[in-house]
Amino acid sequence: MAKLILSMDGLVLKEILLTKERMSIGRKASNDIQIDNLAISGEHAAVVTILNDSFLEDLNSTNGTLVNGQPAKKHFLKSGDVVELGKYKLKYVTEQAPQAEAADFEKTMVLRPNTLRPPAVAAETPTADARKALDDAQAGRSTPPSGVPAAAPVAAMGAIQILNGASAGRELDLTKTLTSLGKPGVQVAVIAKRPHGYFITHVEGAQFPVLNGRVIDVQAQPLNDHDVIEIAGIKMEFFLKS
Amino acid sequence: MDNTLSSALEIIVRTDSGMVRGHNEDAVFANPNLGLAILADGMGGYNAGEVASGMATMMLSAELETAFSARMPHEIDRVTGQLFAHRCILDKVALTNLAIFSAAESQPQYAGMGTTLVTAVFYDNQVTVAHIGDSRLYRLRGEEFSVVTRDHSLLQEQIDSGMISVEEARFSQNKNLVTRALGVDHDVETEIHDYPVQPGDIYLLCSDGLNDMVEDEEIRLTLQMLTANLELAATQLIQMANDNGGRDNVSVIVIKVLREFPAARGWWSKCMAWYR
Repeated sequence: MAKLILSMDGLVLKEILLTKERMSIGRKASNDIQIDNLAISGEHAAVVTILNDSFLEDLNSTNGTLVNGQPAKKHFLKSGDVVELGKYKLKYVTEQAPQAEAADFEKTMVLRPNTLRPPAVAAETPTADARKALDDAQAGRSTPPSGVPAAAPVAAMGAIQILNGASAGRELDLTKTLTSLGKPGVQVAVIAKRPHGYFITHVEGAQFPVLNGRVIDVQAQPLNDHDVIEIAGIKMEFFLKS
Repeated sequence: MDNTLSSALEIIVRTDSGMVRGHNEDAVFANPNLGLAILADGMGGYNAGEVASGMATMMLSAELETAFSARMPHEIDRVTGQLFAHRCILDKVALTNLAIFSAAESQPQYAGMGTTLVTAVFYDNQVTVAHIGDSRLYRLRGEEFSVVTRDHSLLQEQIDSGMISVEEARFSQNKNLVTRALGVDHDVETEIHDYPVQPGDIYLLCSDGLNDMVEDEEIRLTLQMLTANLELAATQLIQMANDNGGRDNVSVIVIKVLREFPAARGWWSKCMAWYR
């Protein structure tokens, strides 16, 4: 479950678990999170949590709300975000769960219509199904975001240098996942950049690429430093930049 | 001239269990002669997900194969006044839905199983796309790469309502919640649309194991660069998903349109259709 860590002047005051779908923050006692300070509006802000995602909303407060130093009206919270209200800071944290649970969590689940409504509509009593989905989801809440995959970077950047022909001496850095070489319709090969290195594969044409004097087959071949490749009559050297 | 669909379409099918999952809950099917492609991503405990997706592809493919060999998809349905393909797909998906739902109801080990579905039927220079859930169909036409289907998912609803931006959505923890699925209820709401097809188009059906692990831009680059070798393109897409972590099963069906495929509209086929 996600939580907010309330602090002022670097001093942690308390930890607040985001147990409710909507948690209001303000000076008045009616708020879920009360901060009794004159710089805070009566109803200052709210954190809306939908399954595993939380959103911060400023409720038109007098002194405003900052997220990571920037004024925010509405903000999709990511773990580690710092929300500032006056002198008070609220750090949004989602906990890390063991990987096994995380993997299980990523299994697709069906969300039945009307089991979950947008927060604007009053939350209805969840059905058994929804509650289960909710529990399941919260059990593994801390999966690292899978959106931007963090593949281990290739240790050294690869590049090729053309050895003959009109553009001899030209260098090409292999920064993209795929780099194609050759002449379309005649002979094309691609070099794929993978976490554990670079690989060359034949794409089209009757002629196959030549790697260090040997013709390769349809299988991808790993490239080593100073390998010499020949495609459509052009010779080039693959090398790793340090 | 050879006028069959299989000579107009090149179809490559690949599925992989990924780097984390022990088994594959995705199911794929393609029949180039009928211009038919089906992809399903199953869900449910133990192996129920596999059962649901397997039932979806097997049953739907068999039903559609029978139906389209009896009547051409481009014919106008006399009851609804629409294309026969539409009514047929909707009927057969509903039938499949009911079969999965009944199995889930009657067998305790299958309780709660369900599956997403995306299916494409190519005929008469067009494609009819039906989908349920978050499995997608993409199209690459020249430089333009777009998602043809709109996910039936919580995240997509949040994006549509402006709660969350597309950039923020990548970091959402709610990626795995679909709002529609096949086999979880008595009735199913299928989204169905037609799109004109051009020679050179490349279509990609995939499960979320691909688009959650690989960014759209990378998918586009791969399809564009490896147009000449569709098999390699499909292999490369799966490899990229696995290189990026492969947290889910990953399946792709890649379809390249080699030339136009207008329906036969001669007097003979019309007569035949009339007497069927």
